[in-house]
Amino acid sequence: MEKVFEGKVWKLGDDIDTDIIIPTQWVTLDTMEELKTHIFEPLRPELAASIRPGDIIVAGNNFGCGSSREQAPEGLSALKISCIIAKSFARIFFRNAINNGLLLIECPNLPDHCEEGDTVRVEINHCIYCNGKEYAIPSMPDNLFEIIKDGGLVKHMQKLNHLKQ
Amino acid sequence: MGHTLAEKILIHNTGVADCKPGDIVISHPDCVMFHDIYTTNVYRKFKEMGFTKVWDKDKVVIMFDHLIPTCLPLDADHMKHGYDFAEQFGAKQVHVADGICHQLMPELGYAKPGDVVFVTDSHTTTYGAVSCFSTGVGYTEMAAVLGTGEMWLRVPSAIKIEINGDLPQGVTSKDIALRVLGDLTAAGGTYKSLEFCGTTVDKLTVDERLTISNMAVECGAKVGLFAPNKETAAYSGVDFADIAWLHFDDDAVYEKVLTYKAEDFVPYIAAHPFVDNVKPLSELEGMRIDEVFIGSCTNGRIEDLAMAAAILKGKHIAPGVKLLITPASRSIFKEAIAKGYVETLVEAGAMFTHPYCSLCEGRSGGLLSDGEILLGTNNRNFLGRLGSTKSETYLSSPAVAAASAVTGVLTNPVSLK
Repeated sequence: MEKVFEGKVWKLGDDIDTDIIIPTQWVTLDTMEELKTHIFEPLRPELAASIRPGDIIVAGNNFGCGSSREQAPEGLSALKISCIIAKSFARIFFRNAINNGLLLIECPNLPDHCEEGDTVRVEINHCIYCNGKEYAIPSMPDNLFEIIKDGGLVKHMQKLNHLKQ
Repeated sequence: MGHTLAEKILIHNTGVADCKPGDIVISHPDCVMFHDIYTTNVYRKFKEMGFTKVWDKDKVVIMFDHLIPTCLPLDADHMKHGYDFAEQFGAKQVHVADGICHQLMPELGYAKPGDVVFVTDSHTTTYGAVSCFSTGVGYTEMAAVLGTGEMWLRVPSAIKIEINGDLPQGVTSKDIALRVLGDLTAAGGTYKSLEFCGTTVDKLTVDERLTISNMAVECGAKVGLFAPNKETAAYSGVDFADIAWLHFDDDAVYEKVLTYKAEDFVPYIAAHPFVDNVKPLSELEGMRIDEVFIGSCTNGRIEDLAMAAAILKGKHIAPGVKLLITPASRSIFKEAIAKGYVETLVEAGAMFTHPYCSLCEGRSGGLLSDGEILLGTNNRNFLGRLGSTKSETYLSSPAVAAASAVTGVLTNPVSLK
């Protein structure tokens, strides 16, 4: 994972729930390649096809609330976005995203000062730059950073199981 | 220094000498469960991680409740992978269509007072009603827990919700849940433990408590806990003396205390399309509805069906209105049949389904088309969750739902002739 990167912003509002991220009728699709085409479908049906690898989603409060369905962060991961920046995240979504190696950044001040199409620059564990302004972001606890660095909990567990053998 | 209920259970479970909000602790679950939406994912991730058996098969349960009966051919593969997992890696039991997992976990004693329990579902907070520290996880995390028997947790800060007095007629524990949700907002409890106390709370039955703990996650909470009493201990099949340590400490540190007088509560509605868009029923009374749903892990229990039957006895639902009822478990269904509730409700025009997640899961019978309005006793009214993105969902107690089914418009049960 790069420590410093830039990406184009897709902007969403508050309380983006997991039914919006991936509607229930698609959760049993067999592959993430099929599933990812339905991401954000109820709210913005065109969005999944528009998002490009490296793009960044910026949202308001409580991103990922509602159902525990992990198809939401895994599907977002499959779109290869580089991170989600939000004012706050729902707790199960937060854990699920980390476990899928998807970087989440809590930044209460940025979302009100950036628009869709803006470019933001992220320096992990340090700050975000957008439209000439700097926004401080918190450092991640070591145990979580370790999981993200390994590429998610599956790879993290593979590493630990390999070490045991 | 005293502790919150959440801290007490985590100290008991993890063996740490003390803990405070923000600490990371390693918990050892007393039981874990995953359901049919995630069986395929858990099965694949568990194998990918390199595990060959679960850490303790007596602590693992699998339940088929979301996809059964199947509504898409693909759904049946999820059942197959559930059985495959149990056979290859171990599980105590696979429950097939015995009811909604969040009813079965406390009902069958898999979630007990003082325990730590993880389930692949957000409404796992439900078992806080029987003083169990229970919370939802994803399928990857579940796979790791199944292999290791451990999971890290951040010790939550806590909000105390104290309610004293007697609830007015026609007001139920669902109205308590909705009022608190409206006040706290959908993000107001994120990462936190909601802990309920007061003279009103002390008198709540297990069914009523389960409704409130179930909705705790709608505020974003990690857990929604009650202190046990003799009735809740008996429900869980444990001796009250053994769990009396799960009491409120006067000197525990709460981030916030919300205090209510029960007499001030009224029937509430969570209006489309956000769970915290909560209004007194009086503001929406008379609004047309097309369909009523009584069921779900929030309000599909025997007391809920009794409430609906009492209101609908000798009456018929309004012309053009559909009433869908789903008992929360097989045993509740049988009890409702034995007590005559099912006959009363069917006579009144209700459609009954077998116990499962039903319409609340939004992928089978009862789905809404453009412009339709549903009044449901379930827990979520998100955009498009129960059908068309141009339909609307409103949430209420079973009493308001039953009364509204009779009139075809939002109705206060107290005013129903």
